[in-house]
Amino acid sequence: MDYSAAQSGFRQRKLQHNMRLRNSSVDGPDGGQLFDDTSAAGPANQGVYRNQQAGPQAAGPPGQSFLSDPMSNLAMVYGSSLATQGREMVDKNLDRFIPISKLKYYFAVDTVYVGKKLGILVFPYMHKNWEVSYQQDTPVAPRFDVNAPDLYIPTMAFITYILVAGLALGTQNRFSPELLGVQASSALVWLIMEVLAVLLSLYLVTVNTDLTTIDLVAFSGYKYVGMIIGIIAGLLFGRLAYYLSMLWFCGAIFVFMIRTLRLKLLSEAAAEGKLVRGTRNQLRMYLTMSIAAAQPVFMYWLTYHLIR
Amino acid sequence: MAFTLYSLIQAAILCINAVAVLHEERFLSKIGWGVEQSVGGFGDEPGIKVQLMNLIRSVRTVMRVPLIGVNSVCIVLLLLFG
Repeated sequence: MDYSAAQSGFRQRKLQHNMRLRNSSVDGPDGGQLFDDTSAAGPANQGVYRNQQAGPQAAGPPGQSFLSDPMSNLAMVYGSSLATQGREMVDKNLDRFIPISKLKYYFAVDTVYVGKKLGILVFPYMHKNWEVSYQQDTPVAPRFDVNAPDLYIPTMAFITYILVAGLALGTQNRFSPELLGVQASSALVWLIMEVLAVLLSLYLVTVNTDLTTIDLVAFSGYKYVGMIIGIIAGLLFGRLAYYLSMLWFCGAIFVFMIRTLRLKLLSEAAAEGKLVRGTRNQLRMYLTMSIAAAQPVFMYWLTYHLIR
Repeated sequence: MAFTLYSLIQAAILCINAVAVLHEERFLSKIGWGVEQSVGGFGDEPGIKVQLMNLIRSVRTVMRVPLIGVNSVCIVLLLLFG
């Protein structure tokens, strides 16, 4: 927590200086921002940079504004206020359709998190604590909690899957650039259908859960990691390697999904492993099982036609 | 396997049309899926059948008017472009 305390102190100092620039980043749970703001350098650097730019025009001591001409000063203020207004309008309208601020939470990852998450996806059997930690009712950003779902890995895995599919088709002389688009839309359609099916079944079983739609998209996207490695193994080492790696990753994603969904869908007592009788809990267990079992089916369905 | 987003939209329109066509008194009440059988039973959570009946009823109520527009657009497009 020292790291985050130092981070928030640094952020606050920068925020005080950047009053004019509109701060649209989402606040992280500890008061700091979700992302490292490397776009705006520190105030001292900004002054020096501007001064270097205006060197030929006005030679003054560092820190003095280079706009000695009042007209260009006025023009700059007007221009920046126009830009701010336009940006606010775009943000407000865009936020109505796509919840940008919620999406930002899912992309607040760093390298350590991605490494650990990929490790858990490949080998989930040693991971002990699967709970998502909260902070005052909001889930902690993925950067600070390895169990939180993110959208970075699924997005990257999806795009890599399309590229690897193109590669696999190319090695069999079946490639054409339109096929990339066909593969992409096909996989996207399957993803949408899977998410809709899960949403429908969650509605029917009346589970009171805090799983959002984006969470479900993230969970459905995690299987692409296994698919990529399966296809690459099949390309490099033949069909046997493909089947073996698919077997491994099917098991891994099955265990991963069950352990992750168990905490979210089942009631408290059942999630801890005690046997709770009752049709509701049984139904929820079946639901968890079927969601997890659908993942290997999709993995096989989306890759077998690439390995001939 | 060559799914496109367009075929997904087509499938969705067909499914919603199918749900909207289920008539309340001529069909659903006859098989025991009517609206009056879904109320009652406070306390414990409703089962799957009640949820399904509520879902069908709400889809019919919400999508009836937009479906008119969407179906007309679909018909015109299919007539023009095959």
